[in-house]
Amino acid sequence: MASCVQLLGASRSPFVNRVQMALNLKSIEYEFIEENPHDKSERLLKANPVLKKIPVLIHDGKPICESLVIVQYIDEAWNNGPSILPSNPHDCALARFWAAYIDDKWFPLYKELRGVSTEEARKEILDKIFEGLMLLEEAFVKCSKGKPFFGGDNVGYLDIALGCYMPWMKAVEVLMDVKWLDEIKNPGLAEWAERLYSHNAIKDVMPETQKLVEIYKMYQAKEISTSG
Amino acid sequence: MASEDVKILGGWPSPYVMRPRIALNIKSVNYEFLQEQFGSKSDLLLKSNPVYKKIPVMIHGEKPICESLIIVQYIDEVWDSGHSILPSDPYDRAVAKFWATYIDDKWFPGLRAISRAEGEDAKKEAAEEVIAGLVLLEDAFIKCSKGKSFFGGEKIGYLDIALGCFLASLTVTEKMGNIKLLDENKTPNLFKWAEKFSSDAAVKDVMPETGKLMDFAKVLIAKSKAS
Repeated sequence: MASCVQLLGASRSPFVNRVQMALNLKSIEYEFIEENPHDKSERLLKANPVLKKIPVLIHDGKPICESLVIVQYIDEAWNNGPSILPSNPHDCALARFWAAYIDDKWFPLYKELRGVSTEEARKEILDKIFEGLMLLEEAFVKCSKGKPFFGGDNVGYLDIALGCYMPWMKAVEVLMDVKWLDEIKNPGLAEWAERLYSHNAIKDVMPETQKLVEIYKMYQAKEISTSG
Repeated sequence: MASEDVKILGGWPSPYVMRPRIALNIKSVNYEFLQEQFGSKSDLLLKSNPVYKKIPVMIHGEKPICESLIIVQYIDEVWDSGHSILPSDPYDRAVAKFWATYIDDKWFPGLRAISRAEGEDAKKEAAEEVIAGLVLLEDAFIKCSKGKSFFGGEKIGYLDIALGCFLASLTVTEKMGNIKLLDENKTPNLFKWAEKFSSDAAVKDVMPETGKLMDFAKVLIAKSKAS
C-alpha cells in the first residue's frame, strides 16, 4: 500500500534539507509543502504544537519532528536501500555524538559570526570554527575508514548531519573571503564535500549559494540594527 | 551474562550519569563506577572525552562512548538481556526521542533557571514555565504509556529514564524554593509515575537521596557566590 508522505519545510533550511536527503536516499516519494518560518501556517502549528518549527514529516497522518529524529525514523520505517545509521553500535554512537556536536557546538558559531562587528571578535569565532573543522577532519578519518563517506561506501547519518550545512558554509566563504576546506588543512573533508555535492540523492537538495548569501546579508543587517 | 569490561565515569549527584546506570541495571550488566572528584577532571576523563570533558562517559572494552542519551541507546543496542529500552515501533521511537530532546533542550534548563532567578516575580515566572512543561509531558505520558505504568509501557523505557533522572533535582528545587512543581492535581499521571519510577529496582539505588542532594546543592550555591 502506497504510504502518504508530506514534508513541511522551507527549501533553504539545512534542517529541512537533511530530511530531503534521507527521503531521496530511500527513494521515497513525498509532497513538499513550503512553509514560511516567519509566518507559520495553521497546518504547521497543528503538526508541531510544542516547538512550532520546521521540518515536520507527516507519514500517513502522523507527524514526526526534529530533523535528526526524522532521519532516524526514515531509516527505521523504510528498509529499502542501504542503512543510513551504521549497523555497529559503537559506530552508531560515534555518528550520533558528532552529529550532536555539529548541531550544539559547531554550527552555532556561524550564527555568532553574523552578529559580530569588530575584526577581533570575528577572528576569534573564525578560529573556533577552524578548530572544530580539525576535529571533524579527524572524525572523518576515523568514521570513513578509508571509504568515501562518513557512512563508509554510502552516504550516512553523519554525512547528512554535516553535509546539510555545506551551502551555508559556501555562502559565508563568499561573504567573508575565507576558505573552510582545502587539500592542506583538511584534505579528507575537502574531497568528501566534492563527492557529496555530486551525489544523486544530495545535489538537487542543496540551495544555491547566491540565494543564501542574500539571506545571510539580510539576517546580518537585522542583527546589527537591533544590537544598536 | 558474563561480566563485561564496562566502566562509567561519573558522579553520584549528576542526573545525566544516572541515565546510563539505570540502563545498565535494566540489562543486568555489571560495571565499575569511577567517581570523578568534584571540581577536578581526571586524566581518564580528559582522555575519554576530549571534546566536552564532561561526565558521564561509558568505557566498554577500551572504547569510550559520550553523551548520556547516546550511551543509553548504545546500551540498548549492545545488550538484549532484560527488556528493550527504546520502543520497537519506529513512530513510538521517534516520539520518545522528540520528548527526550525537549526535556534536555527546554524543560531541564527551565528547572535550573528557577534557582538562578532573582526576586519573587522572576522565580514565579520560571516556576510557571516548568509547570507548563510538565503539563505537556503529562499529555505525552498519556499518549506514550497507553494506560500502563511508564512512558515505556509495562516497564521503564527511554523516556522514563530521560525525564526520571531529574526527579531528585525537581524535589530539591521544590524544597529549596518552597514551591510546588509536580502537582497531583495538575499532572496526576506524572505524579503517580514519579513514585513508581523512583522505587523501581533499576532506579532506586542510583537515585540520590533528597537530603544529600540538597546539601550538595547548597555547597555549589555557596561556592558560586564566593567566586
